[in-house]
Amino acid sequence: MRRPAHPLGPADVTPEAVYLNRRQWIAGAMALGAGGRGAASTGLEPNSWDDITSYNNFYEFGTGKEDPKRHAHAMTTDPWSIEIGGMVDRPGTYGFAEIMDGMPVEERIYRFRCVEAWSMVIPWTGFELRRLLDRVGVQPGATHVAFETLYRPEEMRGTRSPVIPWPYREGLRLDEAMHPLTIMATGLYGKPMPNQNGAPIRLVVPWKYGFKSIKSIVKITLVDAQPETSWNMIAPREYGFYCNVNPDVDHPRWSQATERRVGGGLFAGREPTLMFNGYAEEVAGMYAGMDLSVDF
Amino acid sequence: MQDAINQTLRRVPTWPVYVLGLAPIPWLFWLGLSGGLGPEPIKALEHRYGVLGLQFLLAGLCVTPLRRFAGINAIRFRRALGLVAFAFIAAHLLVWAVLDVQALSRVWADIVKRPYITIGMAGFACLVPLAVTSTDRAVRWLGAPRWRQLHRLTYVAVGLGAVHFVMQAKGLQIAPLVYLGVAGVLLGLRTLPSGKRLA
Repeated sequence: MRRPAHPLGPADVTPEAVYLNRRQWIAGAMALGAGGRGAASTGLEPNSWDDITSYNNFYEFGTGKEDPKRHAHAMTTDPWSIEIGGMVDRPGTYGFAEIMDGMPVEERIYRFRCVEAWSMVIPWTGFELRRLLDRVGVQPGATHVAFETLYRPEEMRGTRSPVIPWPYREGLRLDEAMHPLTIMATGLYGKPMPNQNGAPIRLVVPWKYGFKSIKSIVKITLVDAQPETSWNMIAPREYGFYCNVNPDVDHPRWSQATERRVGGGLFAGREPTLMFNGYAEEVAGMYAGMDLSVDF
Repeated sequence: MQDAINQTLRRVPTWPVYVLGLAPIPWLFWLGLSGGLGPEPIKALEHRYGVLGLQFLLAGLCVTPLRRFAGINAIRFRRALGLVAFAFIAAHLLVWAVLDVQALSRVWADIVKRPYITIGMAGFACLVPLAVTSTDRAVRWLGAPRWRQLHRLTYVAVGLGAVHFVMQAKGLQIAPLVYLGVAGVLLGLRTLPSGKRLA
């Protein structure tokens, strides 16, 4: 499914109900050409637009789940550019339109598992990160990719208190960044990304806890060492570098064995958390031989 | 001024503290049922009950310093404040165990394995004997000195509750630290020598 360059006009918007009928896929299956409807698809009814846009962790706008929706409108997302540098052939500051120009935008329905043991199913639109990395030319020797979120205190009220050392930082190993499931998302339900979800462009790594999927990215750097990542800097005992979804490795303060789908109301049940958030078949190979209770 | 306040306070019945104080329990539950607490109402309800419980505990701790340092006598309301706090914390615990964790085995595992939950449970355990001995009969049965001694457990419970709140926060969050600071000040005031009456 290809779409023209972002931003999408009103004509491109698919009504939510039609969209739901059209898109009952196994998350990730399309990325690998596996296709088809399976038993898993019944668990992949996307969460509603309201769920996805009113229950967010985006500490730049406050630590409450409803804070981003309330305050993120203050963030200017146009103009927007990403500074891409480090070990790349064509470093530079790339404008949003320039990045999107000719980029194959597609729709991906992914499970999203927060480290806080809640989850959603989200219909993203975006492109594979590897397309962008290929475009700027990753130099041999680069092993990791570092990302940074916008830090603009006058527009991001949450950054006025030192909840975390700003700006927010995340990182991936190069093979993780080049994996076809790893996308740069620019929209939801075929609409441009709402500010509270990380407008205009964010990372989505569906087999890792949600905080790895860094929002509102302004900087991407190719490096030859494991980069510093925010939550790991704050609490290394609780958050490792990898943060792959893993029901067998608990967070020190809570169990990761089960999760609750957001949107189920006051009596919502819990469901078992899946290894690599259900994407083990696609990604487990990258971690072969690693002790995931050590490299958590 | 003090006298006017005290005279007014004497005329206010204590039952509205129970009625108004407890009203948020069903009200918030109803909001959770009807979507008023957002798409994930369980955590929201748990959090709101917990914070309200801590607020009422702290309000109860204000009674003595108010009398000592400002000459305002609100002691008639202290039992109600304490019992309302207990009700919120019991509701907080129930939401956590029944709606959030949902299995007795996991509840027990969390209490044993997760320090912030161990601490929260210890705080609740301190409150149980206080709620049980909140009646006039219990005061007579224990005798006032022993009753007062027992009810110093409130200090332990407030301290544990505030620490529990700080420990569950992700990152350096201000609000839980403010509660911890207020608890520290209110407890610290009790260590001042009684000669230091300002009022």
